[in-house]
Amino acid sequence: MPHIPLPEHLPGITGLLEYRLDTAMPIRDLTQILLRGESSLTEGERELIATIVSSRNCTNFCEAAHTKAADLLLGESETARLVKLDFESAPVSDKMKALLNIAALTQKSGKAVSGEAIERAKKAGASDLEIHDTVLIAALFCLYNKYVDGLATVAPADPAFYQTLGERIVARGYMRPPGGYSKPA
Amino acid sequence: MPHITLPEGFPGIRSLAAYRPDTGAALYALAEALLRGTESSFSQAEAELIAAFISAQNECTFCTCSHAAAARYLFNQDKSIVDAVIENYETAPISEKMKALLGIAKCVQQDARTVTDELVANARLLGATDRQIHDTVLIAATFCMFNRYVDGLATVTPLGLEAYEPMGERMATLGYIPPKPMGQ
Repeated sequence: MPHIPLPEHLPGITGLLEYRLDTAMPIRDLTQILLRGESSLTEGERELIATIVSSRNCTNFCEAAHTKAADLLLGESETARLVKLDFESAPVSDKMKALLNIAALTQKSGKAVSGEAIERAKKAGASDLEIHDTVLIAALFCLYNKYVDGLATVAPADPAFYQTLGERIVARGYMRPPGGYSKPA
Repeated sequence: MPHITLPEGFPGIRSLAAYRPDTGAALYALAEALLRGTESSFSQAEAELIAAFISAQNECTFCTCSHAAAARYLFNQDKSIVDAVIENYETAPISEKMKALLGIAKCVQQDARTVTDELVANARLLGATDRQIHDTVLIAATFCMFNRYVDGLATVTPLGLEAYEPMGERMATLGYIPPKPMGQ
């Protein structure tokens, strides 16, 4: 049960983003820019970064939602599964492995991001902006994961919930729906 | 030296907001709403204190020094509270309610799944509102983001404490205004 009263029909992050709208707006803006804005990384690659960080923070709600979004964007579910298991042997490019390594280090601590990890990414062809965005996406998902877990929000057990959520994230992105969320009848 | 080429002449988070103004604008808007907004359940001084405390737990020198400076400015004659909290919040001269909330913030910083029902019930017993519990968790989570962003890209951290005093006063009085983008 959540630590504070939240609308039952809005589990996970959604209820929190409705609980306090003035802080939710810039969080949503930031997410939309990073995950859906113009980038040399594909939307699927950016969702993989969100997925590995949520997985390592053991935040079930975010992990399930972003795994599903990555699966839908990539058109298969093997890559996200293997990235979470061991990204070094997952079927992604060397550049992506180096960026996932930076994301995994960022999840531990900002100070854990070593010069070697950056050098590896640059040698594999990553641009400054790709490195920047990787660190910021990883940091942003530490915010989300800690927000969701710190207030003990509900993570539905039914996989169908994440199918619907993943489809919504892929189709509509991260902005608040106009008029908010309607209560179930 | 920063891990990527950032505009010179800006320290810490400011160099990142100057590098990428669109994400910078959202990050500064979040800091403004969370630490200074009219919707906040804390005074500006209390919100800055939680920000400085979390940044210290994450050992992020830039964020610790700047938010501690803002908190010291806001606490005014009680400014010694700030360093006492960073040193050891359990023995610092703050209310029992604030101690309970900082205990929750610390759990969020370490592993947010460790915020137990008992910790929350205790904070409530000491007078914390739902909204203060929420805002504590969100400030802690937000600074876990800022600290990772600032240190993960190895931004420039001024070393002398005198650099932070005017910065803190500016944050406390003018708020969170993003730097002008590169080339302007």
